[in-house]
Amino acid sequence: MILDAIDLVVVFALAVFLGFEVISKVPSILHTPLMSGSNAIHGIILVGAMVIASEAQGALQMSLGFVAVFLATLNIVGGVVVTDRMLDMFKGRQPAGRRKDGKDGPTTSAAQGQSEPGP
Amino acid sequence: MTGAIYISPDGTTAIYLLSAVCFVLALKALSSPKNARYGNLVGVAGMVVAVAVSFLVQDPGHDWIIGAGMGLGAIVAVPTARLVPMTGMPQLVAIFNGVGGGAAAVISLTEYLHDLPTGVPAQKGVEVLFALAVGCISFSGSAFAFAKLQEIMTGRPVMYPGQQVVNGILGVAVVTLGVIIVVTPHLGPILALALVALALGVGVVLPVGGADTPVLISLLNSCTGLAVAADGFVLDNMILVVAGTLVGASGALLTKLMSDAMGRSLPNIILGGFGGAPAAGAEVGPAEGRTVRSGDATDIGTLLAYSRKVLIVPGYGLAVAQAQHVAVELARVLEGRGVEVAYAIHPVAGRMPGHMNVLLAEADAPYEDLKEMEQANDEFPSTDVALVVGANDVVNPAARDNPGSPIYGMPILNVDEASNVVFLKRSLRPGFSGVDNALLYDPKTILLFGDAKESLTKLVAAVKAA
Repeated sequence: MILDAIDLVVVFALAVFLGFEVISKVPSILHTPLMSGSNAIHGIILVGAMVIASEAQGALQMSLGFVAVFLATLNIVGGVVVTDRMLDMFKGRQPAGRRKDGKDGPTTSAAQGQSEPGP
Repeated sequence: MTGAIYISPDGTTAIYLLSAVCFVLALKALSSPKNARYGNLVGVAGMVVAVAVSFLVQDPGHDWIIGAGMGLGAIVAVPTARLVPMTGMPQLVAIFNGVGGGAAAVISLTEYLHDLPTGVPAQKGVEVLFALAVGCISFSGSAFAFAKLQEIMTGRPVMYPGQQVVNGILGVAVVTLGVIIVVTPHLGPILALALVALALGVGVVLPVGGADTPVLISLLNSCTGLAVAADGFVLDNMILVVAGTLVGASGALLTKLMSDAMGRSLPNIILGGFGGAPAAGAEVGPAEGRTVRSGDATDIGTLLAYSRKVLIVPGYGLAVAQAQHVAVELARVLEGRGVEVAYAIHPVAGRMPGHMNVLLAEADAPYEDLKEMEQANDEFPSTDVALVVGANDVVNPAARDNPGSPIYGMPILNVDEASNVVFLKRSLRPGFSGVDNALLYDPKTILLFGDAKESLTKLVAAVKAA
């Protein structure tokens, strides 16, 4: 890698601000999916696990490399699938009727329009 | 490095930049209801790009280790993540976060072992130790948070005298060992540091319980992000620094937003004791001469059928009983009779924020009928029946009226302002927080005991018959 430590410090500092800024307007209903989604993103540690596995010398380091790759893969795959399942629950909700964060007034008509006649 | 194909270091960094942009866009999209699904996909794209380029540029000699680890990981993760019911989602987030922390710790340790024969410079030593300590805390903390939510151990806070002192000593021990290791690199102290950090993770999680656990998981998620960023410094890897820092920073803010949504301060949560230690006025025994009014399904069904407006207040009991479909069916039957029905959603009802939205959306409840807390609170005074399905703490007036209550200050749904309150509950046991609810003993409250799904099924039949 051609990066100096100071480059990484710059990247780090900017990423802190970006991280704060980018999610600052999240509505509460998305707190958990967002937590789960960012959980998947730190699964990128798999890249680090691959580096140490490829550089490993001797049985101990190779075993540790294997363990790291295994754990990191659990993190990525599990995180992505769980997030997907959570978000699945939000899809396909009458897109036409959806308003900003549900901040509409009383929706009697919408509710009745949606309901099925009772048997 | 001589990889399967040659990509210059500049090229690799450029591709990492692409992947970093994907992660920023993913977090951005995940914070808006409209784009949340794209967010996850964009995140996956960033991941695939970064992993693929890393795989291609590295020495292929040990590819079999990586292939085996990834294969086994995928084989374990996919069924686990797919098959666990929605009620178990908070635990899953905890455990998948914990393994990430574990991976970060193992990576820093292995890199240390790798460099030990040739000497470890102080700067790298500090980076390694930070990643190791934070990764270990995240791993053991998440494991215990999982055990609490899965009810392998008690979900309540575990407190003992001098707890904060013990945690403080563990924290000081981590730092002291860290200094020793940086000055004189040795394997013994670094293993000791890992063990102490693991113990500290457990120590931090034990006193946190009840509805605070998801906030704690968010905090541990943020910690794992920081451990990943530290590993980025250890390995001079830009994408680890960017992605880890993004998660660390956004996770910290999210943790604050989550605790704000519950009306609790973060230090308050970490110091713990929620619902554990009897606070003044909180320990009023349920059977203290007060009576409850319990009704049968026919009475309540009739009450519902002849109301103008019903607000359904779902809680964890609905999730446990998987009663969301029956709840939506009841709403439809009532609407068929001309009753106005909506759902009042408390942001932290259930065991994770957004839990109820997810379940009701799964049952095809119209998005427009899901009222957020403030909106619902405007409507309770004009509501005939508030039908509380397995919720307790989030409708407990003590949070509003009783400064001695441990949940005082938490925003609640004011169901007590409705003309009638119907509780579907399994028993008179207090909610997740362990705090008794005076509303259960209010004269305008009717209780229907039993499993939420069975009770709702009976109510559907009763409404149809009414």
